[in-house]
Formats: sequence, C-alpha cells, structure tokens
Amino acid sequence: MLTVICETAQPMFMARIVDEGVMQNDLSVVSRIGLYMVLTSVVGLIVSIGNVYTSSYASVGFATDLRTSIFNKIQQLSFTDIDRFSTASLITRLTNDITKIQQVILMSLRLLLRSPLMLFAALFFVLRINRDLGWILAVSIPVLSLSLYIILKKAFPYFIIVQEKLDSLNEVVRENLTNIRVVKSFVREDFESKKFRRSSGELRDMVTRASNIVITAFPLLQFVMNFSILAVLWLGGVRVIDSRLQVGELISVVNYLAQILFSLMMLSMIIMTIARASASSGRILDVLNTKPSLQDTPDALAHNYQVRQGEVIFNDVNFRYADGKTDALKNLNFQIYPGETIAVVGATGSAKTTLVQLIPRLYDVTQGEIVIDGHNVKDYQLDTLHQGVGMVLQKNVLFSGTIAENLRWGKEDATYEEMEEACRAADAHEFIVNMADGYESMLERGGSNLSGGQRQRLCIARALLRKPKILILDDSTSAVDTDTELKIRTNLNRMLYGTTVFIITQRLNTMQSANRVLILDDGAVVALGAPAELLETSQMYKEIYNSQQLTV
Amino acid sequence: MAIKLKRNRKIPAEGMKTLRHMISYLACDRSLLILIFILIIIGIGCDLTGSYLLRPIINDYIIPGNISGLIRMLFILGGVYLIGVSAVAFRSILLNRIAQQTVHRMRTELFDKMQYLPVKYFDQNQYGDIMSRFTNDIDRISDALTDSLSDMLTSVLTLSGIFILMLYISPLLTLVALITVPIMILIARRIVLKSSRYFKAQQTSLGNLNGYIEEMISGQKVIKVFGHEHQVEEGFEINNQDLRDKSLKAQFYSGMMMPVMQNLNTLTYVFITIVGALLAIYRSFDIGGLATFLQYSRQFGRPINELASLYNTIQAALAGAERIFQIMDEEPEPADAPDAIDMRNIQGEVALKDVYFSYDPGKTILKNINLCIPAGKKIALVGTTGAGKTTILNMLPRFYDIESGDITIDGHSICEIKRDSLREMMAIVLQETHLFTGTVRENIRFGRLDATDEEVMEAAKLTSAHSFISRLPHGYDTMLENDGENLSQGQRQLLNIARAAIANPAILLLDEATSNIDTRSEICIQQGLDRLMEGRTSFVIAHRLSTVQNADQIVVLEYGEVIEKGTHQELLNKKGKYYSLYKEQFG
Repeated sequence: MLTVICETAQPMFMARIVDEGVMQNDLSVVSRIGLYMVLTSVVGLIVSIGNVYTSSYASVGFATDLRTSIFNKIQQLSFTDIDRFSTASLITRLTNDITKIQQVILMSLRLLLRSPLMLFAALFFVLRINRDLGWILAVSIPVLSLSLYIILKKAFPYFIIVQEKLDSLNEVVRENLTNIRVVKSFVREDFESKKFRRSSGELRDMVTRASNIVITAFPLLQFVMNFSILAVLWLGGVRVIDSRLQVGELISVVNYLAQILFSLMMLSMIIMTIARASASSGRILDVLNTKPSLQDTPDALAHNYQVRQGEVIFNDVNFRYADGKTDALKNLNFQIYPGETIAVVGATGSAKTTLVQLIPRLYDVTQGEIVIDGHNVKDYQLDTLHQGVGMVLQKNVLFSGTIAENLRWGKEDATYEEMEEACRAADAHEFIVNMADGYESMLERGGSNLSGGQRQRLCIARALLRKPKILILDDSTSAVDTDTELKIRTNLNRMLYGTTVFIITQRLNTMQSANRVLILDDGAVVALGAPAELLETSQMYKEIYNSQQLTV
Repeated sequence: MAIKLKRNRKIPAEGMKTLRHMISYLACDRSLLILIFILIIIGIGCDLTGSYLLRPIINDYIIPGNISGLIRMLFILGGVYLIGVSAVAFRSILLNRIAQQTVHRMRTELFDKMQYLPVKYFDQNQYGDIMSRFTNDIDRISDALTDSLSDMLTSVLTLSGIFILMLYISPLLTLVALITVPIMILIARRIVLKSSRYFKAQQTSLGNLNGYIEEMISGQKVIKVFGHEHQVEEGFEINNQDLRDKSLKAQFYSGMMMPVMQNLNTLTYVFITIVGALLAIYRSFDIGGLATFLQYSRQFGRPINELASLYNTIQAALAGAERIFQIMDEEPEPADAPDAIDMRNIQGEVALKDVYFSYDPGKTILKNINLCIPAGKKIALVGTTGAGKTTILNMLPRFYDIESGDITIDGHSICEIKRDSLREMMAIVLQETHLFTGTVRENIRFGRLDATDEEVMEAAKLTSAHSFISRLPHGYDTMLENDGENLSQGQRQLLNIARAAIANPAILLLDEATSNIDTRSEICIQQGLDRLMEGRTSFVIAHRLSTVQNADQIVVLEYGEVIEKGTHQELLNKKGKYYSLYKEQFG
C-alpha cells in the first residue's frame, strides 16, 4: 500500500514543481520537492521488495499445502473414485492446476491489491485537482468493469474445457509411455503421433478460442481510456481557457489517466489469470470434496480388533463394480479355517481376483458380509486389517528405489537378516546378491531391469516380510518356472506355518497340494473341497486335471 | 527480453541456445510475423503520436484559448487513437493464434521425437517426469508466448520509439533519463543469473514430483494392501517441500525485477522533473515540451516495467523449453543404414550367431548364443527366471542392439534391414498386457490398421477371444479405459493375442503369452495359437512345459547360455535339465 502511495504521489509533486517552482521561477521549491520525490521512491523500493518476499512465500506455501492435502486425499480415495478421475487427470490436477492457482495468488498478492489501490489513489488525486474532470472517470470506469465482467463470463467455460483437453493429452502420453514396446513392435509410431496431433490440436483450438475472448479486453480498455483523455483535454482545455484550471493541473490529470490505464491493464491481466485459475480450482475442489468411500467407522476405531487366527467367512456375499450391469460375485457362502491353504481356480474372467480383493477391503461388498476371526472386515481399522492380510497382486508393482527400500514396504524396520530370510523363502536372495550392489541395487522404473519372474519373487518377499495371518497370492508365480515355484511353496509352508493362504493359480501342482480347492465359475462357487475329493465329484476339476495331464 | 539479453552477455551458453531454438520455432510463420510486426508499429506509432499531439494541443490551442482549433485537434487525436486500438486488437488475435500454433507444433514434435527414442530411454526415465514436460513445461512456454510475446515486442519497439522522440525534444533530458540505465543493467544481470538457476531447478523438481505422483497413483493398490499411505505421504512431502523451496527462490528473485525497475524508473522520473524544471526556469524550456517529455518518460518507464513484470514468465518458459529440448536432443534409435533393405514377403528363417549382450557394461546377460530356426518352425525357450529368455526376444525387433555376433533373417543381418520393416514382420505378445483407451475393436485393429470388421472378428475367433467379447455389454464396441481395467487379466491377454493375430506376421514372439490364462481356456487358445503359428517362425517362452512340448526345437537356457537343444523327446531321453524341469511339473 505504501508503494502505491509513494508512486501515485509523484505526479502530484510534479504538478507542484511545475506550478509553484517553474511558473514562479522558485528554485528552492524545485529542490525541496525534488528531495521528497527521491525519498518516497526509496521507501517505495524497500516496501515493494518486502511485498515480493511475502507474496512469493504466501503463494508458494499455499500451493505446497494444497498439493499435500490433495495427495493425502487421494490416498484415502477408493479405486472406484480413482478410476472415475483417471490417473492422468489426477496428475494434471496435482501439478498443472495447482501451478495455475499459485500464479494467480502470486499475481493477486502483488498486483490485485495494488492495481485497485493505484486506481483509487489516482482517482483521489484527480478528484482533488478538479472535481468536474472526475466525472469523466465516473462514467468510463463502470463501463469498463461491466465489459470486463461480460468477457470473463464468456471465457470461463472455455477454460474448463481447456483443462479437460489437457487431461486427455496427458492420457495419450501416459498410454504411449506405458505401451511403448507394443507401439514399437507394431511400428505404430505414426499412428500414435497422429492420435497425439489430434489431441494437441484440440487443445490448441480451445486455448486459442478462450484467449481470443480474453484478449479483446485490452484494446477495449485502451479505447475507453483514450477517449477519457480526449474528454479531459476538451473539458480541461475549456476550463484552462476560462482560467478555472491551471495548465500544470491539466497535465497531471492526463498523467494520472495514463496511470489509471496502466493499472487497469494489469487488472485485466490478473482477471485473465483468475479466469483460468478458477477453472482449475473447481477441478481441485472436485477431488477434495470427494468423500472417501472406504473409511474407518467409529466402531472400528473403538474396538481395535487384530487379525490373530486367520479364519475367513463369506456370508451371502454379492459384489458389483460401480459401472457394472450385473453382479460380479453372486451369493458366496463359505468358511475357511485358520491355517488352510485354499487354491482359487476358475476360467479367465470368473472373478477370482475380484473375490480375493474383497478380503483386505480393496473394494467393499455390495451385499452380505465378510467375517475375519469373528468380526466383520468393516469393523477392523484399515491399517490393522492390512497388517493382518498380506497380498501379492497379479500386476506386480515395484517402486523406484533400492531393492531394500522396496522390501521395507512389507516391514518398515526390517533388518537385513529378516529381508534375507524372506528373500530366501521367495527364492529371490540368490539373484539379488548377484546384482552389482546386492540389496542396495537401484531398480529402474517399475523394476524394468529385472525379469518378470524376478519381479514376482521380490513382490512375494515383500509380502512375506509382513508375516501376515492371511496371505493372498493372486497368480503371483505365473512368471516363475515350476522348479522355482515348488521351492517357494515349500518355503512358504515352513515360514508361514499357521497362516491362511489364498492362492489363485492355473497350475495343477499347486491345486493338488492345497488343502482345499475353490472353483469359481462366472462369479459363483461351483465346488469347494479337497483336491482328491473334487476329482471324484467335480466335473470341472476333472477337466482341469485332464487338461494338464493329457500331454504327459 | 531481447534488450536484457543484449545487455547480458554473460548469460549461460545453454540459455542462449535454448533461446535461439525457441526463436527458430517462432520464425516458421514468417509472413504472419511480419504482419504482426507492422501492426505493432502502427499501434506504437499511434500511441506515440497521441502523446506527441499533447504538446501542440496545450501550447498552441489551450494556452492561447483557440477553441475551434482545439476541437479539430481533438478529432485528429481521436482518429489516431482509434487506428491504434484496432491495430492492437487485430495484432493480439493474430499473435494468439501464432503462439498456440507454435506450442502445438512443439508439442507434436516432442511427441514424434519421443516415438523414436530407444526402449532403454523409457526403461530409465520416470513416466511422470516425461509427462510433465508435455503439460507443465509446455504450459510455461504457452504462457510466455500468449501473455508476453506481444507485450515484449511492443515494449521493445515502444522503448526505441520513445527514445528517438525524447532525443528530438531534448537531448539533455534524454541523457538524464539514461542515468539509471547502467544501474538497471547491473541489477538485471544479477537477478537473471540467480533466478534462471532456480527456475530450472523448479521445473526439474516439478518433473520429479510429477514422476512420484504418477508412480504412486499407478501403484495405488499396492499402497493400500500394505497400508503404506503415511509413508507415501511422507515421500510426497519431501518432494513437495523441495519444489516449494525451489519455486520460492525462483519467484522471489524474479519478482525483485519488477519493483527494482519500477523504482529506478520513478527515480528517473524525479530527475527529469527536477532537471526539466531547472531548464524551464533558466533556459525557458517551454512547459508543453516539459509536459510531453514527462509523459514520454512515464511511457519510457512503462515498457521497462512491463519487461520486468514479464520477466518471471519468460524465465519459467526458458527453463521449460530447456527441458523440452533436452528430449529433442536425446539420441534417437540409430538411423537405418543408407543401404538398409525393405524386406517384404519374407520366409522367416532366423539365425543367431555368437550373440553376446549386456544391459550394463561388464554384466553379460547373453553369452555365445547360436541358434538357427528354419522358416515356419516353432522354437521354445525354456529355463529358470533370469536366464535371458526375454532378453533374446528383445534382440529380434532391435529393442536393444546386440553387443557382438549377428542375428540374421533370411540371411540378412537385422542391422541391414529397415527397422520399420523388421518390426512389421514380427508380432509380439508380452506377459504384461498393454491396451489403449478405445473400443475393443480399435484395440485389436491396432495390429493392422486397415483390417475390416470381419477380419477383426476372425482374429478374435481364431484366438478364442470372440466368446468373451460378445458377452461384453457393447460387444466389440465396449470402451476400454485405464489399460482395460474392466477386464480380467486373462481377457486382456486374449485381446493382446488377437491383436498379434490380425497383424499377420511372419515371425511371432510369445513371451509367457498364456501364463495368466486358465488351463482349460489355454487349450482353446493353444489351438488358436497353433493355427496362428502354422507357417510362421515362432519364438515361445513358457513355463508350462505342456505348451511347448510340440515345438520343433526346445532350447534350454541357463545364466545366458544355451545348455541343451533338441526336440521334446530328445531332451527327455538326455535326462538333463529339461528332464528334471519336466519331472517337477508333471511328477
């Protein structure tokens, strides 16, 4: 604010120099007022540097905090929500949208306050010099504000579309990156480029359209202000001629008008950024306002149950995906005893993965209940539930970092001995120590410097470190040769004695060595029993058995 | 900016290079640029004439009290203003179009370039960081071009125009106006050096953060399973704080530019007022002249202020541009040899001779591989994990290049074949499935873009994908999103196989293509695959030995070396590694 006063005061001093000093040939007035001018300018500098620091600090700090809270929010969202937003869009929101908001805050703090202040200060001085001339501004400023408002209102919807187009562009890039091997092997580089060009072109058109609207603001401003100057010259000129106004005063009014024009220009620039940022902030609020669908109930917090035995009961469980038309799982009823190994078997698409994902509550059942150790899974705190239920996913995900860092996901304070034990059990120890830096070897993105089987074994070791009471292996040894798989299975039996194991598998060996086999078909249990028993009773199991024996 | 750079000879060579690169992008639409330039000059001309007319208006009409003359002058002034404003409006719209077109071109060129980077690049860089270049970095450039380019040009031109007029009115006062310029240069240089460093750091940090976010959102299931939310949040916080740190510094240093310049200008204004006043007193310098001159000196300050206020946008854009050109300057896949051949209708005989390969120097993965696969035969690669099976498949389409030895197809070394034609003769099915956003049909058609709907269905039938597809809500027109999230892993794999089938390749590479599919379905698919493999040279990696025993040749690998070779029966009789693997599986 001080800066504004300091700056706007200058033409005022100037007017005095001209009128009192020059007109009356008074040198002392000139030097005295000149000194004032220098002083105010120095004060202005100091104050505005302070303003730069505080505004940078505030806007950057705000953006940082906002990012943190959105990211933390995403951690609480269910997959249904994440799928709804799409990964690419969440990424855009977290970086691009927030940056836009940061820009506008920065600008506002620096200029928004300042421009209107400058405006008002300039107005004040104009009115002080001559009230009649002030009327000109009283007309032109409302006209300006109204037209700015209309421009904004028209441009706003376009800015939302711009951000959406940016999302889809981001998605094209992301897919291209993850699928680069497929793109290259089918020589579809040009096809992908075309797809991208289309997406980028749409973005370009939208941005062009949006900014074209906003851009009209500036010439409009100039137009109105220029004509105000004309009016001032006319009215002022007439008054000077009638000796109701001094020449110096007229000059300074014109100067103030230039200043007003300048601050209005700044204002319109800010308004343009605000328009874009408000589209962004809507998108951010969208995420922040999403209610996490999986949450600890107050009951869960009060009870603090732990998974101790590993007994799992499904009572009339039905499940349907959010976008599904039919139930993926239908009326499941079964009981798994502590320490059992259950092989989950079924054709592709029979909802095996869906079934096991319900146990650690990656999704919530639509109907019925799942009971672990006598308590509904919903009555466990999510943290403790995940502590007790370990899971190795079908799509193994490793993170950038060292092997040890990845293993410590299983147990944060795991010692090297513990890691080694788990890795030996998963038959991963040997290849790890063969790597250049052993357990401290860096993994490339997603573990791309490991083979598929090596990645799977690391993922198993990671889950083992947790020593869960219930372990779910979702086809997690498919890339491991049978030799190794057998070793891993024996190790598991030894290391996880008493742990309930769900294992989705295609391999007959694995099924045969399970306590019981659960056969799924199209989301329903068709058989559950010991392998030997099923060979007698289940047609489907017999078929599976034969399909793998046939060729021997 | 141009002015600042001229003043600042010490700007790092890197920055100059980036700048030149940027300008070359803009220079493409030369005729439009010239038009814009003319419009800018008209705009400025009108602006300056407008200010200049103030002098005669005050001196010749207001002070003597000539009202009719005043009216006439005001009309002239109004006309000048009108022309000026329309020039500005027209120019803004043109410039906006050029700016967006330029950004669009940069984006697509970046993407095109990316398509020709070697696979290694993608294995070693975070996807999120690359994505950040497409959105965040390009956006910085777009901001600078749309918001600043015209202002920049206007400012520079106005500056020179005003300078000339000032010189014309009073050389002495002009000299006074220039007093602060050396100080400005000095300060500007310091600020430029400091802040450009931090802007670069800021964009890099933003890229890292984007990388972290991409990785964590993609791995969200694992995070949930391990209840690792808090640790991930902490990891995010570290990245986030780093970004905060960098951008605070970048914003602060660049933000200094504006107030410093502005106040120096005010100072100049003060000096001019004082000196002007003195001149008016002692040398009877006319007051209209002084008023005009002061108006100019205000206007002289304005472009400088504007340049200063645009300064952080420009710095951010340069930092973003540098990251984009970084990818543009990446080494692409080595170009085809000038005499590389375009092979069509090949037989499909593949031979590997003394092949050695390592991903990291010193860690040999493949040692002395010698294989010969006659056209149309099926070869199976068997061995423990990490034995180098997938690596061999990576060599054939030249995802990675062999270190020594040679791979030939129909007697031609693969290095002598055009890369596109080499890859077109092969189709690959990986264990990890890869699908694109789009319909089922579009995904299958990715294998051959001109395939008809019937051909798509045939390929799906051949590979047993048809039955599940027809059970989907919209059949072949069902939309797939997020890598086919609404499908099971096995179904995704079936689509991948159908996609390879429709490509009708001479050579088929199957890397654990069926391991996620249940054994009963596998029998169907296997029949389909067998039909597919008929007459094609096929490389098959499978752990389920049942899938490979009918291969013409089975190769057992261990630690990157071939230890056994032969048919199923031969290897069983040998009672070696294959025999023991087989025993375990069916024992």
